[in-house]
Amino acid sequence: MSDVAERVKSIVVEHLGVDADKVTDNASFIDDLGADSLDTVELVMAFEEEFGCEIPDDAAEKIATVKDAIDFIEANQ
Amino acid sequence: MSQPKPLMAGKKGIILGVANDKSIAWGIAKAASDAGAELAFTYQGEALERRVRPLAESVGSKFVLPCDVTDEASMDSVFETLNGAWGSLDFMVHAIAFSDKDELKGQYLQTTRSNFLRTMDISCYSLTALAQRAAPLMKDGGSIITLTYYGAERVMPHYNVMGVAKAALEASVRYLAADMGPSGIRVNAISAGPIKTLAASGIGDFRYILKWNELNSPLRRNVTIDEVGGAGLYFLSDLSSGVTGEVHHVDSGYHTVGMVAVDQADAVSELLTGLTKKGE
Repeated sequence: MSDVAERVKSIVVEHLGVDADKVTDNASFIDDLGADSLDTVELVMAFEEEFGCEIPDDAAEKIATVKDAIDFIEANQ
Repeated sequence: MSQPKPLMAGKKGIILGVANDKSIAWGIAKAASDAGAELAFTYQGEALERRVRPLAESVGSKFVLPCDVTDEASMDSVFETLNGAWGSLDFMVHAIAFSDKDELKGQYLQTTRSNFLRTMDISCYSLTALAQRAAPLMKDGGSIITLTYYGAERVMPHYNVMGVAKAALEASVRYLAADMGPSGIRVNAISAGPIKTLAASGIGDFRYILKWNELNSPLRRNVTIDEVGGAGLYFLSDLSSGVTGEVHHVDSGYHTVGMVAVDQADAVSELLTGLTKKGE
């Protein structure tokens, strides 16, 4: 697992309070991990803080799964 | 030698509008709590309760109450609870606003009647509705603060109907200050510079507003919730006992500036290029 993937997953585990083994690449924040719409906004803010990157509104709206987040951050670091 | 008494020792207050640990209201709550105040918190809906409750508990708050500012009975119930438990109230922090996200981008011109009324109701009238209920509890005087933004005074892109509501809120502060002053109750507003909060995430292009302020404000940086907390502590405590009806800017001085900072021209130009490309 890449460094980015590991850090993204650990943020998700901590923020949503879910088991690490549930945070798979294809897990959807809302459908699989029980996030509400505020969680998704908070997660994006947490990713920005962790990786020092900016995730614009239109890109943030497209981040639905763990993999979406990893891909965006890897491409924009 | 005895320790000086903490600034807020013995004071009890209610904080309405904390969403999470990034909230400006949380910055104020922490400052008040650190200075010895006893706090009650309110939330609107289950999603926010989940976030507010642990924060409230972390500062030893015994009261985490539901409050819907569009519902008279809900507000009555909050103040009945406080009256029963405390019998009096020293301060209130109003940090509540709402508008349809779709109308916090694009033009103000497109504002609908229904969202205009709802925005004004929740973001502006709620201060008056809550002040009516807080006043009888503030028997020995008190301090009420609310949060506003420079978009009330000058046009900010995308702030739209919220700017209109904040302008009305600032006017409300002056009228409430006049009405409540004879009872020793002070009413003030803090106009914080842009801060990345959950609420701000609903405002279009917010990161450009944030960057613009960082580049062009006299202090060349943005402010933190702890800095707003410091100003909040001043207003809630007796340090500001002679101040009411005021709109106080905690914005790195941005509201005093009339033009871009010349020494930041390159960075400003880069920011504008980013905005232009986005618009293409």
